[in-house]
Amino acid sequence: MNALEVSDLSFAYGAREALRKVSFSLEPGRFAALLGPNGAGKSTLIALLTRLYDLQHGEIRVGGNSLRSAARPALKQLGVVFQQSTLDLDLSIEQNLRYHAALHGLSRRQTDLRVDAELARQTLTDRRRERVRELNGGHRRRVEIARALLHEPRLLLLDEASVGLDPASRLALNQHIRSLCREERISVLWTTHLLDEVQPRDDLLILHQGRLVASGQADALSLEHGGDLGSAFTRLTTSGAAQ
Amino acid sequence: MNAYWQCFSGIVLREWLRFVLQRTRFLSALVRPLLWLLVFAAGFRAALGIAIIEPYDTYIPYEVYIIPGLACMILLFNGMQGSLSMVYDREMGSMRVLLTSPLPRTFLLCSKLLATSLISLLQVYAFLAIAWVYGVRPPAMGLLLALPALLLVALMLSALGLLLSNAIRQLENFAGVMNFVIFPLFFLSSALYPLWKMREASEWLYWLCAVNPFTHAVELVRFALYERFNPLALAVCAGLTLLFALLAVLTFNPQHAALRKAS
Repeated sequence: MNALEVSDLSFAYGAREALRKVSFSLEPGRFAALLGPNGAGKSTLIALLTRLYDLQHGEIRVGGNSLRSAARPALKQLGVVFQQSTLDLDLSIEQNLRYHAALHGLSRRQTDLRVDAELARQTLTDRRRERVRELNGGHRRRVEIARALLHEPRLLLLDEASVGLDPASRLALNQHIRSLCREERISVLWTTHLLDEVQPRDDLLILHQGRLVASGQADALSLEHGGDLGSAFTRLTTSGAAQ
Repeated sequence: MNAYWQCFSGIVLREWLRFVLQRTRFLSALVRPLLWLLVFAAGFRAALGIAIIEPYDTYIPYEVYIIPGLACMILLFNGMQGSLSMVYDREMGSMRVLLTSPLPRTFLLCSKLLATSLISLLQVYAFLAIAWVYGVRPPAMGLLLALPALLLVALMLSALGLLLSNAIRQLENFAGVMNFVIFPLFFLSSALYPLWKMREASEWLYWLCAVNPFTHAVELVRFALYERFNPLALAVCAGLTLLFALLAVLTFNPQHAALRKAS
């Protein structure tokens, strides 16, 4: 069963169309990069995937569960790292994680176990009582990843998660998420506008002017549309390509 | 069921931690009613004598009269401020996290309203404690009986705030809320002056005050503080709380805010 299935998804802000008939799927354990220039519709897609916006047309299924008719099991399988930090800065790392566990209805015992496990995975155990405000950008991101994985989702959604990080932290984050993919068979949807975050074997989705203009394995797409990823991306996202 | 309880207690705990950690916000919320009590009421005392009216058994100084209204003022400001931030960007980040919970959105919103209302009660009781030291001393049993009344009022005002924020585009900033919601609700009520005084001034102003939900909120709390029961005020507040909460939940939709920005 696919970790994520998006079919025929359209969304409009009044008269302005933000997404038009977008369809794609993501297999378990795959890393998919969603590329698109600013205004391509990435944020709208994320808002729909995370139930912030209601579906207008089309369907989203997480682990086979429809977000429209079975939102609860669908959201249980979804972990999210938002573009802008959504941590409570004045609360400690552990308090932030425990709040998230409560939102997912985890029992106290489950919460203790899961918080310990995710803090250990992110090597944050010793800093669990520190306020988030005192952490640097890279560490805050790690807290957000620990939080997103707390309820053991099968699909992890990262919305431009590397924005604002220095190059070393950006690379470390990207590698860390890939290792999760390999070791835990978690599927990852990674939205970005930075081409160097994509690897040849990744699933690649290119969104432009609200339409999915290309999808497939990154190296195959590059070959098909210009030789390297940069020229393929440029060719596919120059104005009018979506027509 | 357990998942719901875990979720609700988690939301309350978060509000509590934020309240404890943001002491300056707590103190500044107390400054407003204290200024009214210590400066405005003291100055007005000479100008305004309060005759014997229910629920009081005797003539009362103005400071005694104004206390329930000021307690409700704290709830009014907190309710509006909290609900506004639930809809617009300031707390959009934390609302996004809240909404990724697999539990129903209605439950999440009601839990959030209840949690912020419970925390507002702490501010009200801190204010009542200072008023006690200042010399305004309702009976101890009244302070206890006022608790459910204050909670109901807090819920009503938070739900009203959320409903208004959902519905009215012009309320995007707090100044708009002050001018068009808080001031009219507060001044056109029995918070600062008894309704019979208002009637002496103007019949239509009196009627505006009489139908203002905030008047019923203040009277519910005033009666409870003096160990009296006001069934009309309770019925109005309970009915409106249900109505406002229902409409607020039905109309809550973050994409409306996005649509407004896009348009």
